[in-house]
Amino acid sequence: MAPEVRGASLVALAEGVAAKKWKSRDLVEAYLDRIARLDKKIGSFLLVDGEGARRAADAIDKKIVAGEAVGQLGGVPIGLKDIYVTRGLETTAGSKILKGFIPPYESTASARLAAAGAIRLGKLNMDEFAMGSSNENSAFGPVHNPWDLERVPGGSSGGSAAAVAASLCAGTLGTDTGGSIRQPASLCGVVGVKPTYGRVSRYGVIAFASSLDHPGPFGRTVEDAAALLEVIAGHDPMDSTSIPQPAGRYRQASKAGLTGLRLGVPKEYFQSGMDPEVEAAVRKALDELGRAGATLVPVSLPHTQYAIATYYLICMAEASSNLARYDGVRYGHRTAEAGSLEELYAKTRGEGFGAEPKRRIVLGTYVLRAGYYEAYYGKALRVRRLIANDFAAAFAQCDVLVTPTSPTPAFKLGERAADPLQMYLADIYTVAPPLAGVPALSQCCGFTKSGLPIGLQTIGPTLGEETVFRLAGAYEARTQWHQRLPEDPS
Amino acid sequence: MSGDKYEAVIGLEVHVQLATHTKIFSISSAAFGGEPNAHTDPVCLGLPGALPVLNREAVDAAVRLGLAVGSHVRPRCRFARKHYFYPDLPKGFQISQYDEPLCEGGAVTFRLDGEVRQIRLTRIHMEDDAGKNIHDASGVSFVDYNRAGVPLCEIVSEPDLRSADEAAEYLRAIRTLVRYLGISDGNMEEGSLRCDANVSIRPRGESKLGTKAELKNINSFKNVRDAIEHEIARQKVLLGRGERVVQETRLWDPDRGISASMRSKEEAHDYRYFPEPDLPPVVVDEAWLLRAGAALPELPEARHARFLGLGLSAQDAQVLVAERPIGDYFDQALAAAPAHPKKIANWLINEVLGRVDDARKLMDQDVPVPPAALAELVELVEKGTLSGKLGKEVFGRMWQQRRRAGDIVAAESVSLVSDTSVIEAACQRVVERSPDEAARFRGGNVKLMGFFVGNVMKETGGKANPKIVDEILRKLLG
Amino acid sequence: MPRINSQEVREIAALARLRLEEAEITRLTHELDDILGYIETVKGVDTASVLPMTHAVPFDCPMRPDEPGQSLTLNEALQNAPRRRENMFEVPRIVPGTGGA
Ligand SMILES: [Mg+2]
Ligand SMILES: [Zn+2]
Repeated sequence: MAPEVRGASLVALAEGVAAKKWKSRDLVEAYLDRIARLDKKIGSFLLVDGEGARRAADAIDKKIVAGEAVGQLGGVPIGLKDIYVTRGLETTAGSKILKGFIPPYESTASARLAAAGAIRLGKLNMDEFAMGSSNENSAFGPVHNPWDLERVPGGSSGGSAAAVAASLCAGTLGTDTGGSIRQPASLCGVVGVKPTYGRVSRYGVIAFASSLDHPGPFGRTVEDAAALLEVIAGHDPMDSTSIPQPAGRYRQASKAGLTGLRLGVPKEYFQSGMDPEVEAAVRKALDELGRAGATLVPVSLPHTQYAIATYYLICMAEASSNLARYDGVRYGHRTAEAGSLEELYAKTRGEGFGAEPKRRIVLGTYVLRAGYYEAYYGKALRVRRLIANDFAAAFAQCDVLVTPTSPTPAFKLGERAADPLQMYLADIYTVAPPLAGVPALSQCCGFTKSGLPIGLQTIGPTLGEETVFRLAGAYEARTQWHQRLPEDPS
Repeated sequence: MSGDKYEAVIGLEVHVQLATHTKIFSISSAAFGGEPNAHTDPVCLGLPGALPVLNREAVDAAVRLGLAVGSHVRPRCRFARKHYFYPDLPKGFQISQYDEPLCEGGAVTFRLDGEVRQIRLTRIHMEDDAGKNIHDASGVSFVDYNRAGVPLCEIVSEPDLRSADEAAEYLRAIRTLVRYLGISDGNMEEGSLRCDANVSIRPRGESKLGTKAELKNINSFKNVRDAIEHEIARQKVLLGRGERVVQETRLWDPDRGISASMRSKEEAHDYRYFPEPDLPPVVVDEAWLLRAGAALPELPEARHARFLGLGLSAQDAQVLVAERPIGDYFDQALAAAPAHPKKIANWLINEVLGRVDDARKLMDQDVPVPPAALAELVELVEKGTLSGKLGKEVFGRMWQQRRRAGDIVAAESVSLVSDTSVIEAACQRVVERSPDEAARFRGGNVKLMGFFVGNVMKETGGKANPKIVDEILRKLLG
Repeated sequence: MPRINSQEVREIAALARLRLEEAEITRLTHELDDILGYIETVKGVDTASVLPMTHAVPFDCPMRPDEPGQSLTLNEALQNAPRRRENMFEVPRIVPGTGGA
């Protein structure tokens, strides 16, 4: 018998499958039914693999009956941002230039989910090549925020955040380069985790900015996100930047409580530009954490004001390089008519890329040219170290930092599309952690009067995921925000 | 061009394909050939999301090369992306090295007309090879990515070369060296050794460099010489006419024996190098260097000098160092017969090398005449047990029947008979049978000695020691 | 004074092999000028004694043994090719020697 999957936690659903309370196939049917009914309005899925999901679920159910082990996530339906390469299943990264691409290989993270028994329902919408903060840059249409369909879900993992918020699957994977997990998590009122750089393998995750790309999970609860991270984290020899240490015990940490934790409150993250309702909610959360037994410590991250410029310099340079392979020769879109090689490249790329990748290719190419390198990319790498040093110094004084995730709640579709710089500036609270490579999590800490979720960001030191989960779990245990659900669209 | 008012200044960029089993950043086969696109994987095809993982063996090969030429091997080097668009380049960038290459400095040493030459190196760096473009008469082209990702070392020389011959000899020295080190087969036909040349000329005595042209597509030793010679002549004509040499890249056409300017594209190359974010810095520590250094073989130039010291001719020494197994064979034979270096060299060059199709197989287990066997034969000849002629015969049977010289001599008594009583008996029989000839000899026809010797040899089956035969006959006929 | 003009955008787009419409060039020129103006803020930071941070992980490059793994099948390698002939990728005519490396 199928449980109510609306609002259900992934951990509870997995336990139910293991305990034979319900079948994986029932969960799959329940989610597929919700997707079929509701996702036309939300637009979170680019591809639904119902047949594959049913087949995988039946295999799990068979194992359960036979008394075989099915893995920690046995039978639980999940979704993947369409930046995760999936063998035999179209993978586009939200771009027309990859339309029709059927990979002959699988990303490490998605392979680990499958090995843990998770059922892949399909591929989720995203900003093209993960470039964006609103999911309006998808070549396949925008995603609508389940809390207000007129508003953006955030980006670039907008589909992954919206799908969890609307209970279209039990958990999802996204990627975060400058905030692309945490910001949509904030705008959709779910939990999103950007782990330490190198904690989750990038193998098979289509590159945007290689030195900044962080795969990570979305969950309805802190424990759900921890459960997903526990499965996908850990060393992968296929990624030369993968951290050798084994994954931590994140689920356990999420229930360990925060007694004795020193919470750093960086003053640079509480300056002007923040929406008053966001500021009020975050300050209330700080009070709550203080009451729960944490010590609040004022700290400073003095190079914060340079983080956005540094971030955009690095990500655009790396993006211009990573997007050079899309040339219409081996895969993806190819222009219909090309009389010469030059034409093949220029037309294929001109037709295949949307406005945001084009903007970043041109800017990235500009800053990497001979004679410009030191002034731009080289300079940004040096400032990046200063930003990382800021975090190291702060973590000498505290265990974890607490800040807002996004300066504003979800904004209206189209509202910021005309001004890319303004869109970039809104990443103010999320770009620094990926520059330093340190882990960070966003969870819901309240709602605006109009009912839009507000995000609280927790930042830990390198490989400090457990500390982040301790704080986030303890906060969630003392509040009810995560239990509030958006109405199903009618 | 001695006696000429111009002097050529040449630097080479040599690409060496390393003979690893797998590609530099991925697990598919790095073997030459194969069905087009059969040796591919997501990494070397540049599929999205695929990531490079460095092959330790490729780094080790590059380290050995660096140590062999006396480069400074950086304890910490770095890969960088080099961007350009071309169909054989699947990622839109090559993973190469830029401002922090593995090796800096060093020199390649070789002999030109008996004189030792040292060409300084700027650097040696590692990078991945591109695929292969196949041009088709139908007006389209095709790409095969089997070669994409094969590890390369690029050896960049200082502009120390002064002639086309010297450039060709330098390239040959690199080929010999990489084969000694076992890091590449150095095969120019299969593209495992490739060369670009920077050529300029300047008035003799001038120290400032002239404007250089870069020659590409020089894919044989003959091409190196021809292309550079042609380029020097071309530049001399230009300067002679009072024109200027333009800095450009020129493509050598070996069929027509000319080079042509490659139309420079709409903008000059701007490779937009930046550190490869997918690969942290590469560390080669002291222990690694010691291990690699200890594993280096004796290098060609050192060996050459040692062989000269043994009294070998320059020509023989050159033959013996051309391939490492030849010198190894020589050394092993010499160890067994230390008194006869020149003789061993002769036998090796004239008999052994004439019978192997590939000198690299000389040290194989199944070579029919191993070094110790050759040494044994040389000793038998030098002791007088075998004549030179008989020795060659015995060698032929050693090679065919895989037997030792001693066995053949013992089992078939092919050795020269030196037992005077046996020879004396034979001589007596011959003289007795030929009274007329004996009388004529004694009468002064000394030419008849040949007749007697020949008959004694017939009598002894060719085994009598000719020196002793001669002595006894003279006594009997005296 | 603008930091970038439309001619430069055209040149960079050519370097990046990106065909842009005139309207795109005009729009991009303005946007890039804005963004570059903002990005210049990093120029004020004193980084004289700071080493570039190229990677967020502290370890050295791992290396793998030289052992062959499973290659793609020919079909896997070629199945996504927009144009192929037999087992090769097809491209417009290549003028020999115009590549880099
Ligand atoms: Mg070069
Ligand atoms: Zn090269």
